[in-house]
Formats: sequence, structure tokens, C-alpha cells
Amino acid sequence: MQVTRRQFFKICSAGLGGSSIAMLGYSPTAALAEVREFKLARATETRNMCPYCSVSCGVLAYSIGDKSKNAKAKIIHIEGDPDNPVNRGTLCPKGAGLLDMINSPNRLKFPEVREAGSNEWKRISWDEAITRITKHMKADRDANFVEKNAEGTTVNRWNTFGFLASSASSNEPGYLTVKTLRALGVVALDTQARI
Amino acid sequence: MTNHWVDIKNADLVVIMGGNAAEAHPCGFKWVVEAKKGRKARLIVVDPRFTRSASVSDFYAPIRPGSDIAFLGGVINYLLTNDKIHHDYVKNYTNATFLIDEGFKFDDGFFSGYNAEKRSYDKATWQYQKDKDGYAMVDETLQSPHCVFQLMKKHYSRYSPELVSKVTGTPKEDFLKICGMIAETSVPGKTMTILYALGWTEHTVGSQNIRTMAMIQLLLGNMGRAGGGVNALRGHSNVQGITDMCLYSEVLPGYLSAPTDGDKTFDEYLAKRTPKALRPNQMNFPQNFPKWITSLCKAWYGSAATKENGFCYDWLPKKDAAYDAMAIFERMHQGKMQGFVCQGFNPLASMANKRKIGDALAKLKYLVIIDPLSTETSEFWKNYGEFNQTDPAQIQTEVFRLPCTLVAEDSGSYTNSGRVAQWHWKAADGPGDSKGDAEIMAALFLRLKEMYAKDGGKFPDAILNLAWPHRIPAKPAPEELLMEISGKALADVYDPKDKTKVIAKAGEQLAGFAQLRDDGSTSCGNWIYGGCWSQAGNLTARRDAADPSGLGQTLNWGFAWPANRRILYNRAGADPSGKPWDAKRAGIRWTGTAWAGNDVPDMRPDAAPEEKVMPFIMTPEGVARLFAPLMAEGPFPEHYEPYETPLDNNPFHPKNPKATSNPTARVFKGDMDSFGTAKDFPYVATTYRLVEHFHFWTKHAHINAVLQPEHFVEIGEELAKEKGIQAGDKVKVRSNRGYIKAVAVVTKRIRTLDVDGKKVHTVGLPLNSGFTGVTKPGFITNTLTPFVGDPNCQTPEYKAFLVNIEKV
Amino acid sequence: MALQSLDIKQRSATTTPAPSVRKTVEVAKLIDVSTCIGCKACQAACMEWNDIRDEVGRNYGVYDNPMDLTDKSWTVMRYAEVEEKGRLEWLIRKDGCMHCLEPGCLKACPAPGAIVQYANGIVDFHEEHCIGCGYCITGCPFNIPRISKEDGKAYKCSLCSDRVAVGQAPACAKACPTGAIQFGTKEDMQDYAAKRIGDLKERGFDKAGLYDPAGVGGTHVMYVLHHADRPQLYSGLPADPGISPLVSLWKGFAKPLASLALGAVALGSLFHYVMKGPNEVSKETEKEVEKEGSQ
Repeated sequence: MQVTRRQFFKICSAGLGGSSIAMLGYSPTAALAEVREFKLARATETRNMCPYCSVSCGVLAYSIGDKSKNAKAKIIHIEGDPDNPVNRGTLCPKGAGLLDMINSPNRLKFPEVREAGSNEWKRISWDEAITRITKHMKADRDANFVEKNAEGTTVNRWNTFGFLASSASSNEPGYLTVKTLRALGVVALDTQARI
Repeated sequence: MTNHWVDIKNADLVVIMGGNAAEAHPCGFKWVVEAKKGRKARLIVVDPRFTRSASVSDFYAPIRPGSDIAFLGGVINYLLTNDKIHHDYVKNYTNATFLIDEGFKFDDGFFSGYNAEKRSYDKATWQYQKDKDGYAMVDETLQSPHCVFQLMKKHYSRYSPELVSKVTGTPKEDFLKICGMIAETSVPGKTMTILYALGWTEHTVGSQNIRTMAMIQLLLGNMGRAGGGVNALRGHSNVQGITDMCLYSEVLPGYLSAPTDGDKTFDEYLAKRTPKALRPNQMNFPQNFPKWITSLCKAWYGSAATKENGFCYDWLPKKDAAYDAMAIFERMHQGKMQGFVCQGFNPLASMANKRKIGDALAKLKYLVIIDPLSTETSEFWKNYGEFNQTDPAQIQTEVFRLPCTLVAEDSGSYTNSGRVAQWHWKAADGPGDSKGDAEIMAALFLRLKEMYAKDGGKFPDAILNLAWPHRIPAKPAPEELLMEISGKALADVYDPKDKTKVIAKAGEQLAGFAQLRDDGSTSCGNWIYGGCWSQAGNLTARRDAADPSGLGQTLNWGFAWPANRRILYNRAGADPSGKPWDAKRAGIRWTGTAWAGNDVPDMRPDAAPEEKVMPFIMTPEGVARLFAPLMAEGPFPEHYEPYETPLDNNPFHPKNPKATSNPTARVFKGDMDSFGTAKDFPYVATTYRLVEHFHFWTKHAHINAVLQPEHFVEIGEELAKEKGIQAGDKVKVRSNRGYIKAVAVVTKRIRTLDVDGKKVHTVGLPLNSGFTGVTKPGFITNTLTPFVGDPNCQTPEYKAFLVNIEKV
Repeated sequence: MALQSLDIKQRSATTTPAPSVRKTVEVAKLIDVSTCIGCKACQAACMEWNDIRDEVGRNYGVYDNPMDLTDKSWTVMRYAEVEEKGRLEWLIRKDGCMHCLEPGCLKACPAPGAIVQYANGIVDFHEEHCIGCGYCITGCPFNIPRISKEDGKAYKCSLCSDRVAVGQAPACAKACPTGAIQFGTKEDMQDYAAKRIGDLKERGFDKAGLYDPAGVGGTHVMYVLHHADRPQLYSGLPADPGISPLVSLWKGFAKPLASLALGAVALGSLFHYVMKGPNEVSKETEKEVEKEGSQ
């Protein structure tokens, strides 16, 4: 052990600050040593899935409130579902950070429109958004729908409108999406699965 | 996946190639680690980069991007030359014995029947020889020069270890060591699994990369077995489910081939899609096609669909051309599209050649974004300086942005890569006025329906009559939708063997697709999900994780399609007499009266082994195909160079410049000019994801932004030295389509390879960057990638192209 | 003393003996470096559970990020590219508090109750008592604690004492996708490590072993290393860590000597503490001591 004389003095004097404070009764409070409270004690637990990769890990989403009428649920923590046979409670860095995706400052909250040639977004109501979009769609469809091809075969397609579908939405909205699009005659339809 | 995540733990050897499971699927990769820990399995990783998967492997070998078929073809040659194949399996369960048309040839890079003008093949000579009954002819001795086995042997005899090493850059001794390890699993008591992902699919020979490995797995007898299989590790959380629902142009839910202009009538359509068995006694399961499509039409068009009107066949849109994402953007770029919707899809960032995508979007009249996040596509018009140079005033596209919920804010089912559908429950509302995807689609559709009812318009029939059995029409409930997907009896359904016995009463949920009928008495939105919501309730919500077999099958957890089967082709896991190849990892066995065991049999339950009903029930021949005439570029995979290659020719066909790259690849006219050459762009580039990020999403999440905050590119030490680049320097990477700038990571993990007498450097390009998010704003990597795709599935070649690099 | 949910073994700068009749299990976290893929799930889970968010930094030409431990990054992955027997190995180590049996931080800490060792082995910082002097850093043989610029207090991994107290595993251990982080009793972890070491030896890593350094009395975070003979390969894991001579000296005889003889200095310090708070002076002192210690 090599300690210089100067170090020795430093150790004594500097270290003494705290020690002597306690000695003189200036300890800030009685030094109880409680661990941090377990923050999920009465949080509501909901079984869900991670939205990222195709391992589709089971997650437990914890939200504040007990689902009573006046308590607005807010997800405060997410961890792996230990029962799920595939992930067995584990999560990767993406899944373990899922809370920050849900709370991302870049989440869209309201319908918006960017008008032709404009340089900004404008907030609009759902009703206005649906009205304007469907007006475009109907005009486009009525103008470009092909009922029969050159040979006279009934083809009932609308190919000036295209749709790229999500691979992160659940099976049920996925099914409803394909059902409604095919009813409209859409053929230019693809999904993230391709690429 | 033919098998499933947990089953990976049953493997003796795990090969990761064309993927990087540790980084892209860490929680699935745990089962690789479990195999290593639990049964002393070995892990081989073959990749251009020494990845995180490689970091825990037993053996790693480097490979040049885009040379996988050369490598795997070499493995086939090794197995055949050294007789390391599972003979009983190959002879009984594959088409090795089948005789091929005598006109079939392969000559210097081309199979017989090539049409240079159409860039496609006439497959007339790629067919089986047939007998007078229409059955395929076989040679049980495997000696005929026209049998698949001999043709295959001849085809791959050219793939010598020397040539493989010359093309792939993999050191010969590394290649041979891997061959040896793989060959060990040819005995019945050992299995190998292969885990791959986009590293194989995203090539102009993507489908054939996978096929080559499928052939290897068949030669080794590893299909249909615990710890075996060919396992695609898929992308998004529900990409499997969305693929199954078939949100793409070629198919209808359940992979039912969609009608085209050539299918004039319902009968014609059915006839083309309902195959006849190619060998006696085979199940030929696709013969049930009429039941599946009829039940789908009943689910969609309800009482309007009748036998007389062909169940409203005419209402289904018919396809006149390709409408995959590449084709859609090509059409958009040509100004042929008016409107476009991106639902949870960010094509400006995720499609190849960003400039083309941005130009195409600017030609639209209206663009609708349905997304939880502010995506780059939603702001394609906005000037983000170097990252996205635009003049918003010149862009006349009207852009709408609709906020949707994330998974935790919705209930429904997700299907994982192992085909297991699992229910999830809503935990909280989404932020602000966000709505679920189903509610948004309902809002758009119901408004259009209202407009067509009131004002009329083109062909309103399908819109006005679309079945909409929802208690709250504006909010179709996920439970209602899953019940519709699963299927129900519209009238009493009778047992086909006993016409007096009702097996499902009118109004009841069906037990499975075996109860579907082609007379309009059943409805089913997706036959492969048949029975997922039976009279017993929602089977995707089951949470019993009991695993009595210890194989990880958990048959009472969720619902695996089809029929809750966990390992596909599991009949092949037993020998022809019905005895499992490996008793310790037995799937199903013949009990003397029925098939039973640790899985739902992939076989008619009472098909006695003597009947010789073969395990691959989805092919009309009943066996798996070593020779596959459905493929666009040939029945046997052949090595072709990427469209942008560092080599002067294809070393397998050095004298035939036409055989340099895949002669049938998807290339649009204008895109040929966008390809660069090795003279200007001497380095091979490959794109990939980082473990810390999920595509272009998690750059919006603070935690993930902390873990990997800024865009970087990776280069090896040798290239760094040549270019005077040090770790942390800012570099500019250019392709013939644009440039990006990012921080350089200099690493030993990317090696310079000796390929065909040249030094080949690889530039690694992570693609999680973009100009929106909480990470440092960055370039979109797909600025660099080429717009050229695989001819079978039209996936662009993101994984192998040419760039140049310089210090900024 | 009954308000804690975990039994206490010792507290900093406190002479009152801790109750020692009750015996609870000793816990440990085992980090099996040979199955760690460096995915940083532990970093993410740590931030998420502990409600800390580090700054979004930049890339410095390596995979490591954040580059070092901070008051808001209690664990980081460290990546080392090493060539062994002509083949590349990417040795990735999760760095963070080792929860030593003989914690140098606690021994060095002058603030009563700011550092606590529980009977189960967890060494926890109680920031409300921390005076920010930084001695814990000097005392730590692994260079783990960090002083926050926001509140001048020292932070480090708590082994999720709040989770362990209610019978849960630490957030990092639960999340770890490959099971490279295991949590349980120290004995179980040692047994598990032995199995892993056997497996590694069978795969040709004949120097595989457990890192549970005796110089600090053993640790409650242990590593399975493929090259246990050379821990330095793993981004400078110390081969033979021990408590700094400075701290030992302080605990041995300097502290009583100083208490008796340097009362005037003590009073001076007290004034300083009351008037200015301890941070800046302590920080400087710590740096000087550290500098000289390294000479």
C-alpha cells in the first residue's frame, strides 16, 4: 500500500466532512433504509403482445387506475409475460422500451391534412377527414373503374387506387381491410410482408 | 416457419444464414441458446458480417453478399458426393424418383425454354413424365438419367469446394468444415434447423436461396421433424397473420389464388385451381379449393352469393397485371395512380430507391396515411434539407394523416412466425383522437357505401351487399371478425360418410376447415384459420402452457394454423411404416388404427401406412419437390450474380454474359439505367437492421434512441485504412441512385474477401435511420438501394448492390 | 429499524450494529458472457423500470452506447473485438455494480445511511442521504457509481432492490432474451455457472471459469467468462480487484485519528457543508485523490 503524506492528509480531512457531521448530530434525518416502493402494487395488469417482430412476445401492460369509472387508464410499465411459452417473460431492447413507443412525442393524436402545395399540417376533424378522403375515392373510382376488359370479360377492378397494408395490425382489422378493399374492386394491394 | 420458435431447442445443429436471429429476433433466439445448453447443439453462422448471432456461435464463416446459392449448392454437392443423405426419406418423401421430360436441359446458365424477349421460361420441358392415367412416372432405382435425383446430382456436380470458395469468398476449409457439420445430421437420430430471414429473401434470387436450403433439409431428412424444418423468421409482429389474410394482390385470404382476366367464369377459375392427384392414393389437399373459395364468398357477400350466380364470383376484382409494391410504385411513377393509402407502412423509407418513391408519391392526387407515428412517408413533401430535398410548393398531392392505435391500445389476435395466433387484450385508450384500424376502415367503407346508396356510381353491387354483421356497424368488434374468419354453418352440415348425421347445426361455429362445403352451406373468411373460434370459443385466447411432451408444443396455448398443428408435414417425422425416426423427439406415430402423438397429425387420421399416402399433402404428388417447376428461374436453383456485382461475370458461366444475373428478375425499363458498375462503385453494400431498433419505429422511442442514437455505416479495417477513415469519422456513401452520410464504425467483424481473384470489401448499412424521430435526424438508407426484384415474389434486392465510400 | 423491507447488514458511516438474528437468502445475478448477444435489453429494461432516461447521445464509431455508465445509465454493454487462435471473438460484457460482499463504496462513504448493504447481498444507494462527496467512486474497485449533474447525488444499479424485496427478479435479468443474465440464490447461481463452465470447456474454452473475485469478498453479480484467466479481455474487467488502499487506510486508522486530532478541520468542513453544500469541494478532492492514487 503506497500512500503519500499529502494523500494521507487528504484522506483524513476530506473524509472527515461527512463523518464528523454525523458525529456532531447533523445527520439529515434518522437514517432509515427503505427500498423504493414496488411501483406496481395495485396497478392493473393487462395481457398483450409486443408489436415489433414476429416472435410476438407476450407482454404484461401495467396501467394506473383499477378500471373504475373515473380513473383514466395510463400505461406506466411493460414487461414480459412469464406464461407465454415463447418469450417466457423476456423482452429484447425494443420490447423492453415499448413504453416509450406508446408515449412517443411523435404519436399522431388528431387527423390532419396537408393541402396541395402547402408546407404545413392542418388539424381537421375525423368527419372532415373521412368526408374529404371518400369524396376523392369515389370520384377516382367512378372515373377509372373497369367493369369489363377489352375482351368483354367482367373484371370489376379499380386500379388507379392503391393500398399498402400494415403488418402490425391484428388479424381482425387486417381481414376487414382486405374484405372492404376487394369489395371496392381494389387490385393494387400489397403489404409490408413483401419487403 | 414450418416448425415454431420453441421447437428450435430440439435441434442438434442450428444454422443461421441469410438472417441474424440474435439481433432481429432476440427472444426467439433464446431457443437457439437453449438448444446449446440443453442438448449441446452447435450453432453455425454464415454471414457477410460477424454478427451478434455469430458472437455466440460455435463456428462462423464469412460470405460475399449475394452468393448464397453458390454456397448451398456446394453443400448439396458435398452431401451427394459423400453420400451423406437420409436415403429412406429422400426416396419415399421427395420427388427424387420422379422422371422429368427428356427435353429438359441446362446449358451454360439457362434451362430449356428461355424466352429472352419476355425474360421468362416456357416450362413445357420442366414437367414430369406421365403414364396413361395421368400419374407421374418414377424410377425407384434412382438410376435413370431423367430422374430428379440424377439430374440434381449432375446439376450440382459443378459446385466444387474450389469454385464455391472462389465465388463466395468463404475460405475453402471453413466451407468444408461447415459441410461436415451439416452432413452429420443426415442420420435419422439427428436434426438440423435453419433460421433465415430477409438476408435470403431480399435478392433477385431470393426465393431460390430458400429453395436451395429446403432441398438440403429434404436430403438430410429434416422436414416435418422436431428440431428441423425450414424456418423463416418473419418481420413484423403480425406479418404472418397479415400474410395469411392475404393483403396482397395475387391471393385472397388463405392463399387462394386470386382471379385474373384469364379466369372468365367461376367454373373456369375453379378448374384451374383444383389440381388432380399426380400419384395414386395421395391426399392432394388443394382439391378442396372450391369449398374454401365458396365459403369465403359466403362470408363476404352473404345471402347475395348463390350457387346460381357463382357465389358472386364476378364481384371479385380480376387482376390484369402485377400489382405488388414494386409494380404499384412503377405505375405511380408513370402517373397511372390517383390515390394511395399507407396503413402502418412507410414506403419512402422502406422501398428501394427513395428518390423514385418520392417522385412517385408527388404524382398522386391524394395520399392517406393511417399510422400511430409521424412517418417519413407522411412528410415526403417536406423539405428536410439534405435528408429530403423537396419544394413543397411544387407538390400538389393532398396528404391526409389519420392517427391509429398501437397494439396495447386494442384487442385482437396476432399470429407469430410459428403460425400461432394469440389473443391480446386492450390495456388503455390510444392518445388524443386516435382510432383502431378496424374502426378507420369501417368509417371509410361505410361512408362510401352511404354515398353509393344515395348517389349511385360505378358498380355499387359489391359495396352495397358486402356482409356487415356487426352489432355496432361503425365499430366492428374483433371478436365478431375472428368468428367470421373462423367460419360457421349457414345451414345444417352433414357428415359426408353418414348423410343423416348433423356435424354442425345452422348458426354454429365450425370445428375446422374439414367441415367447409362448396354448396353455400358454410361461410369462412379464411379457411386456414378454420376452427380458431369453434363452439368451444376463442381458441386463440387459450393460455394453458402445459407441455407434456417436453418438446415445447403447448397444444393448448393459442391456436396454430392449420388445425392447431405445431409442426408442418409432421407425418414425415415418422418412417414409412409410421414409426418416428427418433423416438426421443417423436411427433406423431401410427398406433395401428390411427395417427396420434404429440401434435395434430398432418395426415388423414386413419390413413394406414400401407395406403402409402405421402406426407406432403399440399402437393398433388404427395411428396416434397427437389425439382420445382413452379419457380420462375428454373426447377433447380442456380447461382446468379446480384444485379450490381463486383465481378465481371458469373464465375459459373464466365463465357456467357447473359447468364451473369438472374435472367428472369423483375426489372422495369427505366430502372436498368439506375444500376451502377464496379468501375464507379467498387464496394459491395448490404443493408440490415440493428438490434436496438425496429425498422423506422423505435427511433421515435426515447429508450431506443439512447441505445443507438445516430446513423452509422460499418466497414472493415482494411477498407478503412485504404480510405483513410477512422472510427467516428463522418463518411459519405454513394450508389448510382444517391448518397447518404453517416458515422463510420470500423470493425474487424467485416472482412475483406478474396473473390474470383479480387479483393472484395463490404460496406454494412444499417437502415433504421430517418429524418423524423427522437434519434439524431439522418438519411434514409434506401436512398441507395436498387429497384430490382425477385421474379417469384418481387422482393427488391436490398442485400447486395454497389457503392463507393469516402470521408466527408 | 423496522421500516425496511429487506434486512440490513451494514450501513455507511454508522456504528450502530445491524440486527443479525434473522437469516435471509443471499441472492446473486449471474452474467453468462458466453450466451450474451449484447442486445442491450438489460439497458432498456433498467431505464424503463427505474424511471431513468439518459440523454440521446451520438455515435462514436462503435456499438457501445451510452459510452459509459452515468447517473441515468446504471448498466452498459461493453464490446471488445478480440482475436484468439486466429479466430475473431466478440466479447460483450454487461457492466454495472457488482454488489460486492465487502463494498468499497460503503466503506468509503461518510454519509450515514447513504449506502446500505442488505442481508441478501444487495448494496443499495439511498440518494436522500447522499451528500455527493463522491467517495463511493474512489472506494469502488470497478468504477461504477456516478454523480448526477442534476442533483449532485451518486447513483448506480440497485439490483432492483424494490423488485427483489417483493420476490421478483431484477428488471435486466427478467428481460434478458437469451438468459445470459440469471438471478437466484448465490448458491444456485454458482451451481448454474459450473454447468455453463463445463459446457464451455467441452466446446474448447479450457480456461472458462467463474468471476467472483475474492479481493472484494466475492460479489453478488458474477460473470461466467470463456477466458477466466484473462478478465481484462472483457473491456478491462479487473483481474484482481480490491478495495483501494486509500479507503482501507481510511477505515483502518485514519478515520479515528482524524476524528480525534482534526476537530478544527471538521468544524471547518461543517461550516462549508452548511454554507455551500458539499458538492464542489468534494468533487475536486475526489479528483485529486484519484489522480494521486493512480500515480
